[in-house]
Amino acid sequence: MSTNLLALLPELVLTITGVLVMVLEPVIPAGKSRKPLGWLAILGSLLSGLAAFYQLQIVNAQGTLTAFYSTIQIDPFSIFFHLLIAAVVLVTLLGSLDYFESPITHAGEYFALVLFGAVGMMFMTSSVELLMVFIGLEISSISTYILAGFRKGRATASESSIKYFLLGSFATAFFLYGVALIYGATGSTSIGPIAAGLAITRTPTMAILAVAMVLIGLGFKVSAAPFHVWTPDVYQGAPAPVVGLMSTAPKAAAFAVLLRFLFNGTPMLHGHWILLIEILAVASMCLGNLGALKQHDVKRLLAYSSIAHAGYLLVAFTGTHQNAVAGACFYTATYAAMNVGAFLVLSQLSGFSERIRSIEDFTGLALKRPGMSALLGFFLLSLIGIPFTGGFFGKFYVFSGALQNGHVWLGIVGLANSGVACFYYLRLLAAIYSRPTSDSVAYIPVRKVTAPAAVALAATALATLGLGILPNKLVHLVERATPTTTAAVAVQPTQQ
Amino acid sequence: MVPTSYYLILGAVLFCIGIASFLIRRNIITIFMSIELMLNAVNLTFVAFAHMWGQVAGQIFVFFVMVVAAAEAAVGLAIIIALFRVRQTLNVDQVNLLKN
Repeated sequence: MSTNLLALLPELVLTITGVLVMVLEPVIPAGKSRKPLGWLAILGSLLSGLAAFYQLQIVNAQGTLTAFYSTIQIDPFSIFFHLLIAAVVLVTLLGSLDYFESPITHAGEYFALVLFGAVGMMFMTSSVELLMVFIGLEISSISTYILAGFRKGRATASESSIKYFLLGSFATAFFLYGVALIYGATGSTSIGPIAAGLAITRTPTMAILAVAMVLIGLGFKVSAAPFHVWTPDVYQGAPAPVVGLMSTAPKAAAFAVLLRFLFNGTPMLHGHWILLIEILAVASMCLGNLGALKQHDVKRLLAYSSIAHAGYLLVAFTGTHQNAVAGACFYTATYAAMNVGAFLVLSQLSGFSERIRSIEDFTGLALKRPGMSALLGFFLLSLIGIPFTGGFFGKFYVFSGALQNGHVWLGIVGLANSGVACFYYLRLLAAIYSRPTSDSVAYIPVRKVTAPAAVALAATALATLGLGILPNKLVHLVERATPTTTAAVAVQPTQQ
Repeated sequence: MVPTSYYLILGAVLFCIGIASFLIRRNIITIFMSIELMLNAVNLTFVAFAHMWGQVAGQIFVFFVMVVAAAEAAVGLAIIIALFRVRQTLNVDQVNLLKN
């Protein structure tokens, strides 16, 4: 197999499966169940995960792979994110297999769009050329714009979709302008030559502006404050399994791009962007946690919590290069496990029509659904960061990295925020385990948990628990994952 | 010959007009148009820089931006139609169901 094909193997598998699902969708007669397409998509995501494993073996034996004129770089860093994205997609697909209550004619598109989105996210993490990053970003964004409004016909769904679309495209324009300016300052859009070009650039101010623009653009995508306004609205209107997907996988991909771009592309400007990262981190933690305090809708509450978690993740960036990569990778993995799990429970409880929405609706849930309540409670405890859950070790890892690098006050703000966060997670937890009121969930019919969804729930719960009890395995992997820059040649200016 | 900086300033001004109209305008189609304006400002900047560096890389970037913008427009307009069917309005101030 040629190096080019090998480097793109996981993406290729996903693309082919996605196209197959799209082609088969109209062949299945209307009114028939679309479940076989879902199984096909699940098979595709499994195979793409296996392909990423295969890449890992090759990289371990032969070192970093580069393909397509060094625009794609396959190293342990990108393989880690490939595996993470494949896992999130797999779990999401398993959880949404029985999500559609009646056989909807276009349900097959849902599975295909999830796969296409994953292709874009994988491209983002393995690309060292900002053009490829941009294309990956757009593939993933356009798929998620559609997925956000998938319950079409409902006013809230299309509203969620349009808000995501408008603000997402707005953010893309900022990202692109940043890329244009960095191209002007360094003469290249590849990570390596950008680093080399920054050393001899004659317009350092423009380069700083460029980094700020890229940060704004990606800040929108990871929903870091003050670019978070879209998050609660979009998460509230989008289907719950989709929210689980889009609050973890695209964010992980965007964080991977940030890690590569900031640490490998613009290390010269470290003193400048570290300040911006600190501002974003503190703003996200504070606004996310304070905003969540007054929410009644559970999906909105988890949206604010995801803003706060983006803030914790940004704290990781203040460590040394190795600590930052290791901390951010570990945190994205734990966050993905617990957040996808929480949204899976929500989707299983409330179904496609989402009758159970507010915290009041959850009152007394434990009486009716003890198992699901225990699971949701476990994920909420992990989101708080209680010991023996992945959330605790993730936070510990991130904050110790920041403290080691002398960012004491950032650690203090983070820990204070974790305290504030306890209130709203525990408010939901207390509601679940309190006496039911007349209009609460106890009087709403039970949706049966099917076998695939049970497997998905078990996988996320085990991952969250495993990362809390035995974090060493993943820590060893992520500490080796620090990406290096390929040989860089600066462009000599030929200005007229 | 027109200096590169003129193009860059024009690009920056167009980008700022795009941001301003994104924030001020209330009609969703107009907001969408202002995003397109921002993307085209970026394209102009890319072409100017490509000329300054004497490369084609920047111009190739523009092609990709145009293709992606077209894909985005296709999806975006479909979403706008879906919204209009349900709500019978394209005013962002009236698209406010999602609130706490």
